[in-house]
Amino acid sequence: MLHLSAAVDQPSVYDAASYVDLARLAEHGVLDFVTLDDTFARPGLDALSVLSRVAPATNRVGLVPTVTTTHTEPFHVQAAVATLDWVSRGRAGWRLDVSTTEGEARLFGRRHAAPAEELWREAGEVADVAARLWDSWEDDAEIRDVPTGRFIDRDKLHHVDFEGSGFSVKGPSIVPRPPQGHPVRVVDATEGLARRTAARYADVALVRVANAAQAGAVRDQLRKEAARFGRNPDGLRVLASLLADLGDGEHAAEPGHGGGGPRQTAQGPLYRGGPVDLAELIASWHGSGAVDGFHLTPAAPRRDLERLVNGTVPLLQHRGLFRTFYPGSTLRDHLGLARPANQYAGEAS
Amino acid sequence: MTKQIHLAAHFPGVNNTTVWADPRSRSQIEFSSFEHLARTAERGLFDFFFLAEGLRLREHKGRIHDLDVVGRPESLTVLNALAAVTERLGLAATVNATFNEPYELARRLATLDHLSGGRAAWNVVTSSDAFTGENFRRGGFLDRADRYTRAAEFVATARELWDSWTPDGLSRPFAHRGRHFDIAGEFTVPRSPQGHPVVIQAGDSDEGREFAAATADVIFTRQSSLEAGKAFYADVKRRLAKYGRAHGDLKILPGVSVVLGDTAADAREKAAEIRRRQTSPQTALLTLEQIWGADLSSYDPDGPLPDFDPVPDSGITQGRTRRGDTVAIAEKWRALAQEKGLSIRQTVIEAGGRQSFVGTPQAIAAELDAFVQADAADGFILVPHLTPGGLDEFVDRVVPLLQERGVFRTEYEGSTLRSHLGLAEPAWKG
Repeated sequence: MLHLSAAVDQPSVYDAASYVDLARLAEHGVLDFVTLDDTFARPGLDALSVLSRVAPATNRVGLVPTVTTTHTEPFHVQAAVATLDWVSRGRAGWRLDVSTTEGEARLFGRRHAAPAEELWREAGEVADVAARLWDSWEDDAEIRDVPTGRFIDRDKLHHVDFEGSGFSVKGPSIVPRPPQGHPVRVVDATEGLARRTAARYADVALVRVANAAQAGAVRDQLRKEAARFGRNPDGLRVLASLLADLGDGEHAAEPGHGGGGPRQTAQGPLYRGGPVDLAELIASWHGSGAVDGFHLTPAAPRRDLERLVNGTVPLLQHRGLFRTFYPGSTLRDHLGLARPANQYAGEAS
Repeated sequence: MTKQIHLAAHFPGVNNTTVWADPRSRSQIEFSSFEHLARTAERGLFDFFFLAEGLRLREHKGRIHDLDVVGRPESLTVLNALAAVTERLGLAATVNATFNEPYELARRLATLDHLSGGRAAWNVVTSSDAFTGENFRRGGFLDRADRYTRAAEFVATARELWDSWTPDGLSRPFAHRGRHFDIAGEFTVPRSPQGHPVVIQAGDSDEGREFAAATADVIFTRQSSLEAGKAFYADVKRRLAKYGRAHGDLKILPGVSVVLGDTAADAREKAAEIRRRQTSPQTALLTLEQIWGADLSSYDPDGPLPDFDPVPDSGITQGRTRRGDTVAIAEKWRALAQEKGLSIRQTVIEAGGRQSFVGTPQAIAAELDAFVQADAADGFILVPHLTPGGLDEFVDRVVPLLQERGVFRTEYEGSTLRSHLGLAEPAWKG
């Protein structure tokens, strides 16, 4: 099964309607999910808030905001992600990222910038404690038992007693277990430091590489590492992440691009060409088993998302490679990922 | 001109005000419940919709408290989603100033203000207990006395951040150096439609009043008698001048509960039934344990009160407000039980809080109006006991009567929460 997703980032756009429009367009294209990036280092709205605003205006598309883990409170972050899953009825994801600069550290004034290695280790701990807190309520904890006067069965709520290297959390969460059990965790695994965290905790890994062979090599490595962490590697989706500039018409304007494949740029691997050739590239990379799908960042947000949805997607559907409707309702359904079992089920509280 | 009444809707909370055992009661978590109550409030042309906050589940005798509603979604995320299904209603989130940082929270509030077209409000609360702190990086680290100094500096810092972009969209660096925060850089969100989201302060203490007079746009207070309400109102409004603020710059909204009936007797009967449902036999015993500071599980809720005195400062309950002088309360309750021949449960019901306004729609509309015209309040935050239909009847039956009396809007005049509340847009401090 091929998985497709797109970024809905729009620089200097602060109104809800623009984001709703793009998310609806992606939903029209039956994409698995949309991402919205976030950083304290550049102007932009809080991404999780934007996608919460988008949730009631869409029905099926997955919603994946970036939420950073360096200067935020793990307890608040997991509660907000769980709540996004509640308000979207099971469509929430969370792209983890770290804040590496001293400039970001000064906005908080609580710690100095730290090496990326340390920050990614901490991001892993945040991913870990988030899943524990999502599991800190069993699914059937709310019982509303009138004869005994009990709203919950407290044996089904659990303190998580998490001790990380730099923080600790007692639990349980304030939010009951979200519809998907665990909202989908996404990590950009291009850099080696993040790759380990991705292999251990991510449901979806993004890889910014310019050719299928490289993508396949990273995918193999991620799956091997995931297995070493005791995971079933089939529970990890690896998506090639490309910038897509579909502004040059039906075919590649420059020889060597488009049908020839993306090239590396300062912003990451860039595909430039037409929607038809992009469909060809997607089919070819996916067909060779190098990736489970794609994450595309439109160079011109509206234009290129439209061309993707109205040009590339129908071609892939015609070839029987991509879904024509959403058979499921949650983001995990779209990704073919099972709802995880609760790690505390059956334990005494 | 007669004073206009402001109304807000409080989503039923995690205490025994909320009757979850009622067959009409629905999910406290699913979005549909929030959407229902918010749409009801907007249909009733309310000023705003209000969400409380919890950061640690309450515990009693070392175990998670299980008798009341437990758990809730995260407020700002819910309000952003509600912005999609409402158009004019103000959206107020309670967010703790102790377990958050100004940069991130100011950004989330400014984001809500942008995404809702100018409808965001922040109810600033403080807490410093180590029990709640166990869920956070910082732990419980504030002296009680520092809570309000941190909150005041937090709000001031947030406002500096909201002012750091010029009204015509230029970002300028900020720097704040104070006792609690030493931060600098650039804010990532342009000035939002309201300039500053509305700031609410909840709490009646002397420190709380002073903080509200200096800083807040709205004060969410406890409802009391007409006379006590007038005294509170006069006291808080008097403090405004010291901070160069006008009488109308701070709205005083007590939290109230309303029970409607077709006749006065019908309403009284309903009110008694709700109080009985709010106090299950198990809740009655638990309430008693909180006061006595001891395990009373062997007592019969339909039997007499304990004859021994409470254990002071037992710490039996964590994560909820203290009850004050428990020995005195116990004495009072024993006297009440003796005088009227009441059981434990009957005593808890009798001594517990009563609904603020009980009567026919006509009587309620007249009383609410009188309360506001007498300067005991500028309006009310309605706290229903049922999720999510608890305000349907009020909106259908009381709001039209308030409109007939000429004391409540018949349509929204502006689009921002500030405009509903009659608050000026804050001057930009460049």
